[in-house]
Amino acid sequence: MIEVDHLTKQYGSLVAVKDLTFSVEKGEVVGFLGPNGAGKTTTMRILTCFQPATLGTARVAGFDVFHEPMEVKRRIGYLPEHPPLYRDMYVRSYLDFVAQIKRVPSRHRGSRVDDAMERCGITDRAKQLIGQLSKGYRQRVGIAQAILHDPDVIILDEPTIGLDPNQIQEIRGVIRGLGREHTVILSTHILPEVEKTCDRVIIINRGRIAAVDTPENLTASASGNRRYYVAVSGGLEAAAGAIREVAGVVDVRRADDNQALEIEASGEADMRPSIAAMLVERGLGLVELRSITAGLEDIFRELTRHEEAGS
Amino acid sequence: MGNIAAIFWKEMRSYFGSPIAYVVATGFLLMMGYLFQNEVVEFRAKCLNYSFQHQEHGVDAPNVNEDVVFHFFLSQCLVWLVVTPMLTMRLFAEERGSGTIELLMTSPLTTWQVILGKFAACLGLYVIIELLLLSLIFVVSFYGDLNWGRVLSACVAILLLGGSFISVGILASSLTDKQIVAVVIAFVLLLLLFVVRYSPELIGREWATVLFYLSLIDHTRDMARGVIDSSDVVFFLTFTFFFLFLTHTALESRRWRR
Repeated sequence: MIEVDHLTKQYGSLVAVKDLTFSVEKGEVVGFLGPNGAGKTTTMRILTCFQPATLGTARVAGFDVFHEPMEVKRRIGYLPEHPPLYRDMYVRSYLDFVAQIKRVPSRHRGSRVDDAMERCGITDRAKQLIGQLSKGYRQRVGIAQAILHDPDVIILDEPTIGLDPNQIQEIRGVIRGLGREHTVILSTHILPEVEKTCDRVIIINRGRIAAVDTPENLTASASGNRRYYVAVSGGLEAAAGAIREVAGVVDVRRADDNQALEIEASGEADMRPSIAAMLVERGLGLVELRSITAGLEDIFRELTRHEEAGS
Repeated sequence: MGNIAAIFWKEMRSYFGSPIAYVVATGFLLMMGYLFQNEVVEFRAKCLNYSFQHQEHGVDAPNVNEDVVFHFFLSQCLVWLVVTPMLTMRLFAEERGSGTIELLMTSPLTTWQVILGKFAACLGLYVIIELLLLSLIFVVSFYGDLNWGRVLSACVAILLLGGSFISVGILASSLTDKQIVAVVIAFVLLLLLFVVRYSPELIGREWATVLFYLSLIDHTRDMARGVIDSSDVVFFLTFTFFFLFLTHTALESRRWRR
């Protein structure tokens, strides 16, 4: 559905996106993961024909974004980083306007708008001014705007930013629902979001693709070693000494908060029972022990480390 | 066509859903009412004067069409010059500032459709305000013998001039995401094109002809007197199209910067 081939975008001497190649199949939900300034928004703007690429090509539903922008624009729904809302319009009339310019036939317009409002949970806000809505509701209107003409491809730039946890939950549900009939690309810098909504993740860093994989594989492979967090009531130094004696422990260091230890252990086995046993044996007063799942930060550290080692 | 209409109605709703239309219309009508009142008072003094002196000193007889109606339309040009940039400033600058331009540019609309929809909406508001103002002319028609042909010709002039003003304003608005900057650019451009006729003595005759030809006010004057010259009409239409074309270029340039 989307084919991106050696895409490069330069702003003057600044390279925003460098030699990006990937493809997305029909019905897939793909997450674009990367820190701020990695090139996520730039890539999305190229895919939506808002900006041209410097080099390379991109095709959406078989149409080239540069040479056949009209055909592409007909088939995409796009939520930019800042939802494109007119503050002085009512929710309903705004969505009617969008339905018109997205060429929804007039006989379907009413039902499509109703449907989009219902999916995004804003039916009861139809007669409110957009300028008076809270940030979360504006974000929902933005998503409604992107899906109301039933496009083949939906591109969402940071769809859950600024929402409260409950709303994030709901919006993730909406996105998952979209994935069944539509192809969805969304960008984020929150790892759990990707894990919960996406079939596949494209990690980009400094304009390059760092990894493409399923969320499960990614978190598993990010760090070959498992890590644990241990808090004790006794002395940290004594505890560190004791834990180093446990077979399989590779590294013991102070955690970031300086109140506990971070342990790295090799192998697939769960080390928690043996660590706990060792601490209890030495009478060090185990207060907390949990395994640390790899966060985006760790994955990045890992991936960029590989990159530097490779080059 | 449907797309142009969609943009047109969106802009119209925006004008009348916010204070812009009302504030601008009120300000404009107040200003014009004041100027009109002055002209009527002056005309009355002239009439009194004339009846005392009779035709002894070869003074022209007061003429309502010349002294009131013509001056009324001529003074409008300058007031519209000040007012139009305030109607056009938000058209693209606001879309750029709030990011809604991304919605328009990623929807299946051509840039021309967006420009024409916005142009038509602004011209529509301009016409509505002008119609309100013309009520003053009807007041005059009760007391004086108006030449309706002249009035109609003057209205055409105001309409064509409005199109030109709006096209310049739209260009200015498309160049920036700050409305205040858009107003200043439009204002400077329009004033320059208005006063350009004052400089011909300083430059060669060829250039003087060119500058003279570019001066908006000179193309308006004859038409406000009742003479519709096709060259003036062509001038205004070309002028308007040229600035809309520049707007199109400015908006599309984003697509060329690879």
